[in-house]
Amino acid sequence: MDVLREVGNIGAGNAATALSRLLNKPVDMAVPKVQLLPFEEISEMVGGAEQIVIAIFLRVEGDAPGNLFFILSPDAAKGLLKRLVGMHPETDGFLNEMEQSALCEIGNILAGSYLSSLADFTKLAMSPTVPALAMDMAGAILSYGLLQFGQMGDDALLIDTTFLEGNHEVEGQFFLIPDPDSFAKIFRSLGVPVDHD
Amino acid sequence: MIEEQSVVKVGMADLNVIQHSGVIRTVGLGSCVGLTMYDSQLNLAGMAHVMLPSSDIAREGQLNTAKYADTALPALLDKLLQLGASPSRIVAKMAGGSQMFAFAGTGDTMRIGPRNVESCKLKLAELHIPLIAEDTGGNYGRTIEMDASTGILYIRSVQTGVKEM
Repeated sequence: MDVLREVGNIGAGNAATALSRLLNKPVDMAVPKVQLLPFEEISEMVGGAEQIVIAIFLRVEGDAPGNLFFILSPDAAKGLLKRLVGMHPETDGFLNEMEQSALCEIGNILAGSYLSSLADFTKLAMSPTVPALAMDMAGAILSYGLLQFGQMGDDALLIDTTFLEGNHEVEGQFFLIPDPDSFAKIFRSLGVPVDHD
Repeated sequence: MIEEQSVVKVGMADLNVIQHSGVIRTVGLGSCVGLTMYDSQLNLAGMAHVMLPSSDIAREGQLNTAKYADTALPALLDKLLQLGASPSRIVAKMAGGSQMFAFAGTGDTMRIGPRNVESCKLKLAELHIPLIAEDTGGNYGRTIEMDASTGILYIRSVQTGVKEM
């Protein structure tokens, strides 16, 4: 678990640096949490299954496949758009196509820096697919990332990191949900003995 | 949608029943399917939150029957029959099975929503239970609840508000 936390730490550290460069402001991040959680509790981490969130989703391909979500509250997402690209999204309602596209690209940059540092550290090939964006209930979005785990049991392992900028509340969260078979590969690549399998 | 009533919650890969009054609810359906069965004479409502189409692909030790369409539907039916429901009176409704993220490729997982819907329909046909209403597909999440006293299914989504059927 400590090894996975360190992996998450390095990835998230790089993403935080990227975000801080984009914003030209310091961005703090919480120490990543690595947890084996029942499905029900995963959406609790963003405020409940019905909580409306904006998620940028990328499938990670390569040696250690998995699902990567960058999750923001609608307010945080609109704030990012204002500060980063000078857009002025409506306070209520959905993002238009341009705003979605811009946000997708921001998510892509952050996810890319997250993944490339993980890949460097583990010496595993990890490449992101084209990002997709959804603004919807957290449960509906995150359940998509749990399907691979669904075949094995009712828990999933995830690495969760929260970003904070100044006094703003939770600015964003990274959820990396490696596929069930990816853990052993990550461990092995880091020289940690794997007892089972 | 009366808040003072008792609420039975159905989690992901879970199933449950409620009788006489109150509502049975499952939240945040994406590619999962919320399937209900109802016996109007007993005011008996059952609901399953189906996550995957078939238990054939299961690799878990102790199979969670509520998780797979092919095992959840018979399990839910059994539960209703044990409570005295008549097979000839039971009708089904379902919602969910969307594709939350629409992008090209990456195989079967992308299509899990539609496959969940197909698999539920197949199983209902096998069990001879009529499907009298459905709200499936699309690219958005749904929260559903059934009122045990009426058998009305309420479907709430972020984009389209509340529907009833």
